[in-house]
Order: sequence, then structure tokens, then C-alpha cells
Amino acid sequence: MMETQVESKYTKNDYRGLPSTLCQGCGHNSISSQIISACFELGIQPEKVVKFSGIGCSSKSPTYFLNRSFGFNGLHGRMASLALGTLFADISLKGIGVSGDGDTASIGMGGFKHLVRRNMPMVYIVENNGVYGLTKGQFSATAEKGLMLKKQGTNPYLPVDIAMEALVSNATFVARSFAGDPRQVKELIKAALSHNGIAVIDIISPCVTFNNQEGTLHSYTWGKDREAPLHEISFIPPRDEIMVEDFEEGSVREVTMHDGSLVLLKKLENDYDPTDRWQALRILEDAQRNNWLITGLLYINPEIPSLVDMYDLPQQPLNRMSQEQLRPASSILDDINAMMQ
Amino acid sequence: MKSQTQNIINDFCITFATVNGSGSQTANNTILRALFKMGIPISGKNKFPSNIQGLPTWYSIRVSKDGYLGRLEKDDIVVCMNPASFENDLAYLTPGGVVLYPDDFKQSIQRTDITAYSMPVKALSRSADVSPALRDYIANMVYVGVLAWLLQIDLDEIQQALNHHFKGKQKAVESNFSVAREAFQWAGANLKKNDPYRVERMAPLEEYIMTDGNTAGALGSIFGGVQFVAWYPITPASTLPEALIEFLPQYRKDPLTGKNTYAVVQAEDELAAIGMIIGAGFGGLRSMTATSGPGLSLMTEYAGLGYFAEVPTVIWDVQRVGPSTGLPTRTAQSDMTMAHNLGHGDTRHVLLIPGSVTECFEFGWKAFDIAEHLQAPVFVMSDLDLGMNQWMTRKFEYPELPMDRGKIMWEEELEKRIGTWGRYADVDGDAIPYRTVPGNLHSSAAYMARGTGHDPVAHYSEDPQVWEINLNRLVTKYYSARDLVPQPMIDVLPGANQGIITYGSSDPAVIEARDILRKNGVNLNKLRLRAVPFTSEVESFLRSNDTVYVVENNQDGQMAQLLSQEFPALAGKLVKVAHNDGLPLSAEWIVESILKEGE
Repeated sequence: MMETQVESKYTKNDYRGLPSTLCQGCGHNSISSQIISACFELGIQPEKVVKFSGIGCSSKSPTYFLNRSFGFNGLHGRMASLALGTLFADISLKGIGVSGDGDTASIGMGGFKHLVRRNMPMVYIVENNGVYGLTKGQFSATAEKGLMLKKQGTNPYLPVDIAMEALVSNATFVARSFAGDPRQVKELIKAALSHNGIAVIDIISPCVTFNNQEGTLHSYTWGKDREAPLHEISFIPPRDEIMVEDFEEGSVREVTMHDGSLVLLKKLENDYDPTDRWQALRILEDAQRNNWLITGLLYINPEIPSLVDMYDLPQQPLNRMSQEQLRPASSILDDINAMMQ
Repeated sequence: MKSQTQNIINDFCITFATVNGSGSQTANNTILRALFKMGIPISGKNKFPSNIQGLPTWYSIRVSKDGYLGRLEKDDIVVCMNPASFENDLAYLTPGGVVLYPDDFKQSIQRTDITAYSMPVKALSRSADVSPALRDYIANMVYVGVLAWLLQIDLDEIQQALNHHFKGKQKAVESNFSVAREAFQWAGANLKKNDPYRVERMAPLEEYIMTDGNTAGALGSIFGGVQFVAWYPITPASTLPEALIEFLPQYRKDPLTGKNTYAVVQAEDELAAIGMIIGAGFGGLRSMTATSGPGLSLMTEYAGLGYFAEVPTVIWDVQRVGPSTGLPTRTAQSDMTMAHNLGHGDTRHVLLIPGSVTECFEFGWKAFDIAEHLQAPVFVMSDLDLGMNQWMTRKFEYPELPMDRGKIMWEEELEKRIGTWGRYADVDGDAIPYRTVPGNLHSSAAYMARGTGHDPVAHYSEDPQVWEINLNRLVTKYYSARDLVPQPMIDVLPGANQGIITYGSSDPAVIEARDILRKNGVNLNKLRLRAVPFTSEVESFLRSNDTVYVVENNQDGQMAQLLSQEFPALAGKLVKVAHNDGLPLSAEWIVESILKEGE
């Protein structure tokens, strides 16, 4: 499959972060590496990215990538609103949020769904392991019913499906992936960074310490045995020429992104149309019933205006505006005083 | 009964008792503005239910030639349009008072010490040239006309006031005015004036305007350069963001491109509203929200993050009565201690406390300067009385200072500071670090903001010393706000050795109470607080008075608590004069309470 590398002045080191303090073998570390690779291969200026997170193991990880990017490690479950406010400061910046299943699907469900509903342009990664790590192994909202954990006993509740929640809240980009499939994670992140709207990537990211028993829903073995990719995904940046003749006719779907880049989806066993929301919902339902880990780009609509598109903002970042642009003239205050007399 | 010869001119209280949702606001505002236009000092207070339609509501206008704007305990004139509250409303009348009521009320009037006028409301409104759907609304214009005749308000002023209310829409002005005029004429032909109350034109109030605190706060924020607003609807704060939504498109287009220089987002809840403004503040925008008690409770965790991660933002608390949902449509000053320490752990915030509508405007722009200078959330403590009622207030003054954006660095300045700069490093020894914001493209600009322990270069740290040094710096920074915040307003009487401290919307009642006490031989020095932390003037005031009454509209004496906490050695001088029943304090209650304390 195709690999692309945009020429830029940056080396991979320009995208690295501090050393990770997460457990050896944690799926989150692998995702951090793919964020670094994706940004490097796209040649994104690191200062043009802002990182966000809530609280939890996953939310620690923005420290471990993109050291030259601003970041805000905020409150538990409250990343969505923080990111929304920050990104209005300069709409040319790209936001990457990293959250966990507890942070998003439990305490932060409301904020998450409203961020999605507003189509805030940013990448929203959920590092989903079905368990609370930092507080030592309690069930999260994505843990499957019947899951048995050491100190907790058996989980009595049905799980939340984050991709499904995103879809029903009218997300314009929804993907699912597996930390054990780094290439797919990376290509999905690249596509997400090009999306002009909310891009939700729910990544099954096993917790090697608390929830990695053989065959359970968020374990490495389950992912490896049950992953069923919808397609092979490749991201082609806008400047690259692609040779469609490289592909056998009818074997590839193309999605043109807002910025002119292309997402190529090479057909695997079955044809899958990621622009069909109904098909996306159905395949998630099928996956649940059949215990599959469906991965890939579940749904995309590049045409919907994003939240910031609706605000008629100037090109100049709001945070660089001068007093002359922000304070009305004194004659206007005279008019106001006259109006109130 | 007072005889007609002893006229009472420009000094009384009128209350309109109506049903909410009946459109009486137009009529009440018309009278209020007509009086204001005649140069007579007035204040209007709406006492309304938490309901859309059908429950009793009252609107009181105080007419005061001496300029007292506080609430009165009794009514001199009641216009009763609601049969359900008729009996009760009569009980609030002073002896010699006046009642106006529709002639189809069935109840009889027991009191013999008042003057009663009945009005043919149905008959007069039936003749109006409006659709039947609007007839109930226009019925209120009958009492406007009758009252105008009784009090001798110029009909021209009524017409001008309607013109103001309907923003010049002639059809609406004419259909309302015709009813008022007809009622005026009917009264002239059919009523015999048998009461002492009337108004007289005074010198024009040229230095004054009439509006509410929430509108003023919104306009002040606009002149303060607000760029990002996130809010969630809550009474009595909603009209502040709503005023922003009305005025921002008019006054805040970019002069170069015609594009918006602001964004307003209605959030899904107050948790998100404050999250958004903390995000925007971190991003270098002048950001704000407006809320009330229950919303402030939800904002607690983020307020603590704002304090600790040193993010500037402005939070308006338009206070209402708590605890819990409490009385959503009534006023209080009961979030003072909560707001001051909002957040778990050791947290303290700067509070600005406007005492007039004009100060709502002034503190509206100042709050951003203080927040950005300090790199901290700043709370503006208004309340329902100030925020939602109409006030005669001094004209707004254009900001006398350029914007203070604080120690924000862009690429060039950062380049000069490389080597010494760390996001939380106290380079200047004033406890205020330099900050960069996202979008700064210098390769050393970025840092990770966090609510966890951090060192001077913003790295995660659990080091005990690092923690404590940082937290101590935040306290030093908080106290440095004493040089930035509005200083208290002090008025000293010769020879007086007792004082009174008040703040916010309790001030009008205190002004009046102090005058009454003075006539009774009790002379009190006065200090009106306008901010926390307390400046050195506050301490001097406490030192120079033997006893200091702290007058406020809450149960616990919250400002007295904050003062005791700050000046424990002087706390013995403080006397709490506090109460809350949902209404603004009255001078009468303050006078009684202080005289009782003095016994």
C-alpha cells in the first residue's frame, strides 16, 4: 500500500515529546508514536497544532508527543469545551484531543456529544481500553457486560459504543481502529487532520496492567483475532500526484477532503461505502452481535460546514487583534448614551 | 386622611399589580421613562414570579425628588389589575394612599383611609383600534392614561416614552397612545381628584441615562474588547449575554475586513460554558460568561483550574437567592464567599462589585484588563436587582485607559527572553509570569498548561517545594490585585467615630438610611467596597472607626466574614447587618437594625 511523505524542513525529532511514563506495552504509547509519524509525514508545522486532554492515562499522553505544540491537560471529562474555546483564538490551528473511555464515555459524555453535534473542527482520539487505569482498574463505560476484573467482580452493565454515539450525534468523520494496527491508526490520523469538522477516532488500546485478559473486548488477543478492517486506507496529501492506474478498476474508493487531499480506501472482502451513514450504523450493530472489531473509516461527510465556518471570522487570528480592532470608537458610546436617555 | 392642600410632589411609590405575561411591562416602562424625561429621579423594580404566564407580578416605581433609589416598604399608590392579589395589595398601602382598579372588580374595599378610583378598563380598551388578540395587552394603557391625569404627567412625555419603547415603530406607538390618551380624557371628564400625589417637572437629568445592569455589563464588555462569550441560560443572568448577542453585531465588525471580531457560543451547560472561556483565555482571547448561583456551583472545578493554570477570563455572577434553586427571580448578595473561594484546595479569586448600573459598564471593560494583567479569572458580582431592573444612572464614560493585555509575548519578544523565560517563572519578582498563547509560532513558545503540579517551565512536578513556592506565588499575585482593582468609595463625616460598610445594590438603601440616621443624630462614616482583595483604605477605615456596620443582602453576613478573615484583629468592630428575603434591602430596615444595635 502507498506511503506518502511530504517534504518539509522538519525531522521526526521535531515532533517528539517527553519520555512516556505509561506502562510498558500500553496501547497509548503506540498511538502517540503514530501521532508523531502522521504529523511528521504530513510535514505539519508543530507550532500549528494544539493538544488537548482530560484526566486519565490517555490524557497524560499529549506530554509524550509534539513537544513544540501548545497543550492543555485540563479537567476530567471536560476536554471538549476547553478545546472549543481555545481553537477560536486562531482558526488556522489544528486541534488534537486525546481522551479515554472514562473521560469521554462516562464523565465527559455530554461535552463529547455536544462537541460532535457542533462539528468543531479537530481530531478527537479516544484511547479506549474499557478500564480506569490511574485509579487502578475499575470498569469504564465501554467495558463489556460480564467482564470480570480482579477487584471489581463482574460488570453488570452494557457497554457504550463510542463510534455509535458519535454517529448518532451527527459526527462528520467517525473511525475505529486498534492500537495493534499502527499503520491504519496513522493513516486515519492523517485523514482526520485534513477533515474540516469533528473527526472522532475510537482506538481500542489495551491496558496491559488491568484489562488484557485473553479474549476480552479490549485485549490485544481479541484485537488480533477479531479485527476486521473495512478497507485498506491510504491518505494522499493535496500536493501529491496519484496514479489511479496503480489500482485495479473498481478496487478503490476515493474520498476528496475539504483541503483537496484524498483518502483512498482499498476494497477488501466486501465493498463498504463510508459516506453512507445508515451502512455505518448497521455495520456497528453487526460488529456488536458478531463480536468483530470492525476497523477503518466508518463514516465521512467532508461537505458539512464546520462550527467555525458559521462565525464569519476574519483570516487574521482573533488573538492577534489590536485595540483598534476590538474597542469601538467613543462616538459610538455617545450614541449609546443618547439612545438610553 | 391627608387633605388635598398638602400636596405630595415627586416623592412617593407606585406599584402596579398585574398578572405576568399580560404585557404590563410596556405600560410600566412608559410611566417610568415619562417621569425620567420630566427630570424626576426614579427607579423601577420588578417583583416577578418564576413563571411564564398567569401568576401575580408587581412593578414598583419610586419617585424621589431627593434622588433616593432604594426600595420602599410601603406603597403610596397601587394600580391593581389583578383581582387575585387585590386584597393583599390594599394592605400594603400607606394611610392616605390611592388605589386604581378596573370597574369590573367584584371585591369591595374595606379600608376607609385610602382614596379609590375605578377605571372602565374594558370599555376604554374595546374602543381601541387593535386586533382582539392585542386587546388585553393594550388594556394596560388605560391605567397609564388615568395615572397620567391623576399625577399630572404630560401626555407628550407618555408619547415620547412609547416612542422610545417601540423604537419608533409608529403603528405600535399610535395604537397604545390612543388608548392612553382616551383614558386621560375620560379621567378628566369623570374623576374628581381627591388625593395629594402629583409630579412636577424638574431640571433635565442631562448626565443620566436609564437602563439595566445586564445591558450595561454587556456594553462595557464590548468596549473592553470581549472576543469570546460562552453562556448557558439562567435567570437573572441571561439578559447579559442576550444583550451581547444584540449589540456585538452592531459594534464589533473588523474595520479592515467587515468580519466578526468575536464569537458567542451557547453552551450545553455551565460546565462547558466555563470550559470554553478558560480555553479561549488560554488562547489569548478576552473571554467571558455570565451566570447565577446554580451555574456558578457547576463552574467550581474549572474556576480552580483557571486560578491554578493562570488563565485570564471574566465571570459575571448575577446573583439570585439560594441555596439550591432557591428563589430564581429574586435578588441577593449571597454568593460572595463562594465566589471568592470558588474551587477546591487553596483557591481565592478577585471580585469586582459594581454598585450601580454605570459601574456595571465600567467594570465590564475593566474586568478584562485586570484578568489579563493578573492572568487569572476575575468575577464581577452583580445581582438581580442591579442586573434586571431599570435604573436611572450616570452616563457611561469611555474607558480612560488603553487595554492592558498583560505580559503576553509574541514571537519577537519571546526571542529576547529566551534563556530566562518559563511559563510560570517569576522573572520580574512581581509574581506574574510571562505567557505565550497558541498561534505563537516561535519554536520555544509552546508549553503544556495543566491543573496538576507544575514547575516554572510548566513541566509536571510533585516536588513539595516546587508546589509550595508556586502556590505562595499565586497568593502574592492575588494580593497584587489591590493595586489594580477599583478603590472603595469613602465618605467621612466630621466627628463621626462609627462607620458603615456596604457594597453592590445595597448601596442605594444605605445612602438613604445614612441620611435618616443622621437626622436622628447618628453620624456614620461610610465605605462602599468595590472589590476584593481589600485595599489598604479598607483597613484604615476599620482602624479609624470604633464600630463598623456591614450592611448586605444575605443571611450570613458574608462580606463581614471575608473582612473578619482578612483583618482578624479588627473583626471585633464589625457588626453584621444582614438579611435576605429575596427583596432589595430598604432604608427603613437598615435604620431600624442599626438603631437596635446601638441600644
